[in-house]
Formats: sequence, C-alpha cells, structure tokens
Amino acid sequence: MSPWQIIIAVSVLGGIIGGMGMGGGTLLIPLLTLAAGLEQHLAQSINLVAFVPMSLVAIFIHKKNGYVCFKKSIPIVCTAIIGAVGGSVLAKYSGGYILRACYGAFLIALGIFQFCKVIISAVKQYKAKHAKPKTAVVQSE
Amino acid sequence: MNEKIKTLILYIGSVAVGWVSGFFGGGGGMLAVPLLQFGGLDSKRAHATALLVILPICIISAAIYLYNGYYDGQSVLCACLGVVMGGIMGAALLNKLNATAIGIIFSLLMIGIGIKLVIV
Repeated sequence: MSPWQIIIAVSVLGGIIGGMGMGGGTLLIPLLTLAAGLEQHLAQSINLVAFVPMSLVAIFIHKKNGYVCFKKSIPIVCTAIIGAVGGSVLAKYSGGYILRACYGAFLIALGIFQFCKVIISAVKQYKAKHAKPKTAVVQSE
Repeated sequence: MNEKIKTLILYIGSVAVGWVSGFFGGGGGMLAVPLLQFGGLDSKRAHATALLVILPICIISAAIYLYNGYYDGQSVLCACLGVVMGGIMGAALLNKLNATAIGIIFSLLMIGIGIKLVIV
C-alpha cells in the first residue's frame, strides 16, 4: 500500500470510532504515526484539520435534533481558547519524543477513563433491565 | 459559595480542555463531555455540545500548527476524506453494533497503544 492509501485507511477507522462518539481523533494520531510513519507534530496537525469538516457535519445533524446547547458553550469556549493557544505554542517547543511519550500517557489515562465509563453504563443498563419486576412488586405492595 | 466553586471548576476545566486540544492535537472532546455534564447537561446534549466547544478550539490550534509549518497537503486531504467517510459510517453503525463490546475493545486498544508510545 502506498502512504496515502494507508492514511485514508486509518482515517476511515478513526472516523468510524469518532462517529460513534468514542474519541476517534485520539486514536487517529497514533495510527498516523505508527502505521503511516508520520511525524508526531504533523499527525496532530492533520487530526486538528480533519476534525473541522467532520464536526461541522455532526453539529449540523445534532442541531437539527435539538441537542446543541449554544448558551452553555460560550463561556467554556472563551476560556478554552486561552488554553488552546498555550498548548499549541508549547507543542512547537516540545521535541517529537517528549510529545509522543506525553501523548502515550494521556492515551493510557483516557483509555482507563473510557473503560470505566463503558463498564459503568453497561452495569446501569443491566440493572435497569433486571430491576423492573422488583420495583413493580414494591409498588403493588 | 458552592456556586462559585462550581463556576471556578468549570473555568479551570475549560482551560484544560483547550490546553489538551492544543498540545496533543485532539482528545479535548473526551474531556469536554464530562465537563458539560458537570455543567448540568444530560449525556446526549453534552456529546453534541462538546463538538461545538471543540470546533473553534480546533480551528485556532490548527491555524497555529499550520503557521508553525506542520503541514502536508496530500496527507491532510487524504485524512479529511477518510475521516468524513468513516464518521458517516460510524454514525450509521452506532445503533447496529454492541456499544459495550466496541467500547471495551477501543479502550483496551487506547491503553495498549499508549503503552507502546511511552516505551518506544
């Protein structure tokens, strides 16, 4: 496979994960560096740019369904921009290896967080399914 | 007082979301969702609004990255194409696949890749 074919393949995979709401971008960056052999900074830059068209489509769909809350987002966006500028500038001054290792640690933390989230929601679903007859009995008493 | 602390946490969390997106070039959305839930949104609204929060942050971070010379036209084009195609597929598959199984697979994958990035 030529490099651009590998890039398309891992991007589709990242997009699928992202489209399911599981943080596709976080996996796309290591896929780009490990599978396509891109430099860490470049992979991060690509992920940032690729997120824009993807999220525009997603926001449009969610907006139609009435799930987007503009009012809540404004103060968060304004503060977050300060952090974004700081982080982006700092990334330039970090070497590829340091950035890569930090990213790895970040990914491990996110993976653990995601794992707990999935397990908790699965347990909740299981409980909701199996608790119904019990509550019905309590109510009838 | 309680309300003040909550607002303070929201603002500190917002800076963290921005910093993570800028420094790591992604992943801010995964922090923005719990932050918005903390701010009083339900899960579905938090997921949708997180996209809106991340979009301007991504545009600004991307502009700084591009300005610093991290750019490769062909790779960017291929990635955009792939991500949009994959995104549509993912959204369509969302209700057809077992979310718990996929969630477990991806979180383990993230931990595995994370360990590899730290070690090598």
